Amino acid sequence: MRHELITDAVLVRNYIDGDESALSILIHRHKQKIYSFIYSKVFDRDVTEDIFQDAFIKVIKNLKLGKYNEEGKFLPWVMRISHNLVIDHFRKNNRMPKFDNSGEFSIFSVLGDPSLNAEKRIIKDQVECDLRRLIEELPEDQKEVLMMRMYKDMSFKEISERTGVSINTALGRMRYALINLRKVIDKNNIILTN
Amino acid sequence: MAKLYSECPQKKENLNPKEETIDFLLNYSKALSVIHCNNLKFEALQN
Repeated sequence: MRHELITDAVLVRNYIDGDESALSILIHRHKQKIYSFIYSKVFDRDVTEDIFQDAFIKVIKNLKLGKYNEEGKFLPWVMRISHNLVIDHFRKNNRMPKFDNSGEFSIFSVLGDPSLNAEKRIIKDQVECDLRRLIEELPEDQKEVLMMRMYKDMSFKEISERTGVSINTALGRMRYALINLRKVIDKNNIILTN
Repeated sequence: MAKLYSECPQKKENLNPKEETIDFLLNYSKALSVIHCNNLKFEALQN
C-alpha cells in the first residue's frame, strides 16, 4: 500500500539515480497488466514469459542509458515496447511457421509416420516368409522367371537373354507362376495381406 | 434443468509472470552498468 503512494515517475527517477528497489516496485506494480496484455495476443505461456522478459530488458537498458523521457507515461511506454515485441514474434513465426497442434487441424492427419509399428513389421515378415515358401514350390522354370522379375527387378528382355528363352516364353512362365501361386493360396486359405 | 456441456467454463487464470523471470530481471538490472566515456555510452554486464 505504501508503494502505491509513490508515483511511477518518482520510481523511474529513483531507479535512474541508482535505487534498484524502485525497479522491483515498478515491475510488481505493472507485471499483471503487461503480462496479460502479451498473453492476450500470443496465447502461449512460454512465449509470453519470453516477451515479458525481453520487454523489461529493453526498459532497463533504455532507462540506464538515459533514453527515456519521463512524461508520466511509464506503463504506456512499456506496453508499446511489449506490443512491438509481439509484432516481432509474429513476423518471425511467419517466416518460419510453427504448428502447435492445439487447434482442430492436426498436422499428424496429413503427416504420418511411414514406418511400420512392431506388430505390422512382424506380419509383413511373416507374409514375405510364407510367400517365399510358396514360390519354392513352383516348377523350376516358373520360379526362375518370377524370382528374376520380382526380386531382382529384371526386365523380361533381360530374363529372356539370361535364361535363353524368348520374351514370350518368359512372359508365359511368369503368368503361369502367378496362376499357380494363386491356386495354392486359394486352396490352402493362406492370407497374405498386412 | 439440463446442463450445457458445450462450452467449458471460463477458468479465471492467474496471469502473472514467474518469480524466476522477475528475479532474473532484477539481477540483470543490478548487473548492468552504463559507462560514460567521451560522449559515448558503453553497457557493461557484470556477473
